[in-house]
Amino acid sequence: MLLAHARTETKLTLRNGEQVLLTLLIPIALLVGLTLIDIISLPEPRVNSVVPRVFALAVMSSAFTGQAIALGFDRRYGVLKRLAATALPRWMLVGGRVLAGLTVVAIQLVVLGVVALVLGWSPSLGGVLWTVLLAVLGALAFGALGVLLGGTLRAEIVLALANIIWFVLLLAGGIIVRAGSMPSGFAGVVELLPSGALTEGVDLALNGGGPGWQPLAVLVGWGVVAAVVAARTTRLT
Amino acid sequence: MSASETRPAVEVSGLVKRYGSTTAVDGLELRLAQGKVLALLGPNGAGKTTTVEVCEGFLRPDAGRVRVLGLDPRAEGDKLRPRIGVMPQGGGAYPGVRAGEMLKLVASCAANPLDTDWLLDVLGLTNALRTPYKRLSGGQQQRLSLACALVGRPELVFLDEPTSGMDPQARRLVWDMICALRGDGVSVLLTTHLMEEAETLADHVVIVDHGRVVAEGSPTQLTTEDPDTQQLRFKARPGLDTSLLTAALPEGCHVAEAALGTYIVTGRVDPQVVSTVTAWCAQQGVLAEELHVGRRSLEDVFLELTGRELR
Repeated sequence: MLLAHARTETKLTLRNGEQVLLTLLIPIALLVGLTLIDIISLPEPRVNSVVPRVFALAVMSSAFTGQAIALGFDRRYGVLKRLAATALPRWMLVGGRVLAGLTVVAIQLVVLGVVALVLGWSPSLGGVLWTVLLAVLGALAFGALGVLLGGTLRAEIVLALANIIWFVLLLAGGIIVRAGSMPSGFAGVVELLPSGALTEGVDLALNGGGPGWQPLAVLVGWGVVAAVVAARTTRLT
Repeated sequence: MSASETRPAVEVSGLVKRYGSTTAVDGLELRLAQGKVLALLGPNGAGKTTTVEVCEGFLRPDAGRVRVLGLDPRAEGDKLRPRIGVMPQGGGAYPGVRAGEMLKLVASCAANPLDTDWLLDVLGLTNALRTPYKRLSGGQQQRLSLACALVGRPELVFLDEPTSGMDPQARRLVWDMICALRGDGVSVLLTTHLMEEAETLADHVVIVDHGRVVAEGSPTQLTTEDPDTQQLRFKARPGLDTSLLTAALPEGCHVAEAALGTYIVTGRVDPQVVSTVTAWCAQQGVLAEELHVGRRSLEDVFLELTGRELR
């Protein structure tokens, strides 16, 4: 049951043109563009600084924006109610979505990783393992936030808000412009955002000595708070 | 018979459900015997869907006792859900999912599902197998939803307006399915506002309005309670002066032009009354068309009980 549910959700995401644009095409375009074109000044090799940003963006795109929009419309179409009326236990209703979300993130990171390798990225094994852990925590935190948004409001409002928040976090949430390049007071706040924490964590894991505890704690904190609130506010329709 | 065989499939007593200051269901009583078809009939907003959703375990009742297959749908939902089939009102699939995929997914949630290809074939959906849900016609979406309700071999199905949006062919198909279900011993609780549907399918009709039961019984019981309210209907030129006819009819019979050109004589309709009416028509030089003597229709009963205003 769990696998059938997760498989269906994964297939639907990968088949949806807008989702593919959001989760794969935009991150790939940014990965290639920021690496090859000198729009913002980055230390050489540029790809090493671009990868953490693009990985964070990819996780945010699918786990938060993609999940919120899909959930908003699934509720509109009565899917949750349909599945909730079957013998599928409640935890599997959530579990299937989580598993599908993690599968999509895994596909994104593999595709983006291969593109980055072609562009000359050469990560250490330790960095990659930390990145996988951070990506899972990031996906769960952003996923819980996505469910919080998509599970409460009307589908059209979810669509608008999820895209606006995506754009704001991309530009001002520590992804394109890193927290370190921001005014000090602002930087402290950005590092506490899930977007900022994920970007910093992946960057420190791949290009520094390790992510440190702060990004991990921030992602876990957002995930737990969002999940607890979402469990209370999410409605089936 | 053992106790479980005689226990009703659905038993609702004193059910109350409020939304804020609105009382959607107000002390409703309901009993569906095993293997029977019960139609919940009522105008929009009468509380039909709320009642069904309480029985399915989606809504928590504010008061009253609800037992479905002997179980409490809220507290024992995990035990109940594998045994029931649910067709919600509208929707029930991912917008981008193909019809076949959706049914397979729901089938995968059941312990011993029906063959999905067979079920799609029976419901005339084989050529829509690979069509995304949002491109299916309204009637196809409804049939897929019915398939999802039936694929788990339920003992009891809840069908919330199962034929809305269907063309007459699809409606007949669904009616045949429901009759077949009853033949297999499956209990069916359906809501509808189609009188013909209730009359054709139901063993027991419950008319609800403002969250209460206003009448119930078999379709025959509901429409033949009173021998003095038989009807003779006919069509003729509009605007005939019926005062002479009224005078000629026996006491207790009334005639009225119910709609333009449709005349209804109400009362104890006997051969003498029919003869009086046709004689009067001959005097007027008009031909009475579609002359029909019969009991009241379920629609008449329904409108009488729930009023004629739009809601």
